[in-house]
Amino acid sequence: MADEMLSIKGVSKSFGGILAADKCNLTISRGTIVGLIGPNGAGKSTLFDIVSGFQRPDAGSIAFQGKEITGWPAYKIARLGLIRTFQIPHALTRMTVLENMMLGKQGQIGERICSPIIRFNIVRAEEKNIRDKALEILEFFDLGHMKDEYAGSLSGGQKKLLEMARSLMADPQLLLLDEPFAGVNPSLSERLIERIKTLRQKGLTIMIIEHGIPYVLALSDWVYVLNKGAVMAYGKPDEVVSDKRVLDDYLGDGCDAQT
Amino acid sequence: MAVMLRLEKITAGFTDENIISDISLYIDEGEVVTIIGPNGAGKSTLMKTIFGLTKLRGGKIYFEDQEITGKKTDELVRLGVAYVPQERNIFASLTVKENLEMGAYVIKGKIADKLESILEIFPMLRGRIGQRAGTMSGGEQKMLAIGRAMVVEPSLLLLDEPSAALSPKIMDQLFAKIKEINELGTTIMMVEQNARKALAISERGYILEMGRNRFEGPARSLLDDADVCRLYLGRGR
Repeated sequence: MADEMLSIKGVSKSFGGILAADKCNLTISRGTIVGLIGPNGAGKSTLFDIVSGFQRPDAGSIAFQGKEITGWPAYKIARLGLIRTFQIPHALTRMTVLENMMLGKQGQIGERICSPIIRFNIVRAEEKNIRDKALEILEFFDLGHMKDEYAGSLSGGQKKLLEMARSLMADPQLLLLDEPFAGVNPSLSERLIERIKTLRQKGLTIMIIEHGIPYVLALSDWVYVLNKGAVMAYGKPDEVVSDKRVLDDYLGDGCDAQT
Repeated sequence: MAVMLRLEKITAGFTDENIISDISLYIDEGEVVTIIGPNGAGKSTLMKTIFGLTKLRGGKIYFEDQEITGKKTDELVRLGVAYVPQERNIFASLTVKENLEMGAYVIKGKIADKLESILEIFPMLRGRIGQRAGTMSGGEQKMLAIGRAMVVEPSLLLLDEPSAALSPKIMDQLFAKIKEINELGTTIMMVEQNARKALAISERGYILEMGRNRFEGPARSLLDDADVCRLYLGRGR
């Protein structure tokens, strides 16, 4: 299918005796936001690891925009435009926030060995563009005033925000967000949701792991529920959260307690 | 009611810069108090300052009528203050039992009774007592981290974002457990981004912004305040 952004077929992965992914099937269409929910330990982050090349699957195949990428290394997958964030932020702590952002852009001309010398002006112009874009994104994530601070001096929640902000620097086609709102102030989370929605209108496709069910409901077109490494339910967000099995195993009373 | 913890115009940071300035607050014995605020407001720094982990530049801290300004972390633990940080911080390669024993590091003499009382509060840890802690789910690890802090039977428990990254069902169990610990006689101060749920089990709340006190009041009145909701709690869909 032409509009298929990501297709996961029969993917399995075990760690010792634990089956973290069990014949997982999942499809994402271009321009949609797909929520991935499930209990702690269901294998959600493992699935992200496999798709983004941080883990090799034991079985199954993964196709990105129709191209088979099973077993590819992470950097090659990232260059294709499939970018992921981590649940535990991976900032370079001894670089500034702005430098972290500027590194997020893939394939800069200045990275080639001779370009900085023979194409100095082009490189400089590119760097200015990247800097402007970085500053604009930082501003939106409430990090503008922190741009010259070391990333290591950010608070836990701010590191989380930097992680998401940096992923946008890479001009992703498909963005995998691993619990982007955990530890982020609720008011800011709601503004970020509006931002993510406008990114989708511009054609970005997103898969998001998130325990904040209101955020999942507000964002997602489709929701997959993972349990013990396998897809347990799939559908429109409101259908999924009213599914009895999902309520019992995962949501508990949590859903209606959100006032 | 006796005041358990009182901060008077606390100023602190990690480097030369101050992250929190002139913060004053108090916690009564038996209360649950929640600190909320935007990211980078200084909530975690405040908690680390109480626990002696930052450079304190000004102000005084009192705990149960005794001044504890500048006291070292291990002295604070012996006095009855316990702290569970934001990051997952259990010893992944040790078993659940060994983790709990590490929590008893400052206790001299027998600890079997103490471990038993922890297992009564957290029955789910009993079946996992010999399991390596790193192989448990996020929720179980968080319960273990709190259990380990409880081994010393603290009178004040500091919790930094206990609910982060937990699934909704586990999160509700955790907040219920925090309330239960409080009812058993431990005073609790927590920092939370799931502000509505945290305030729901709290007596009072403080809102920090840019390293300073912004609002304070009974939890109920914070939840009902339109400005507080718009600025800090979100619409809460």
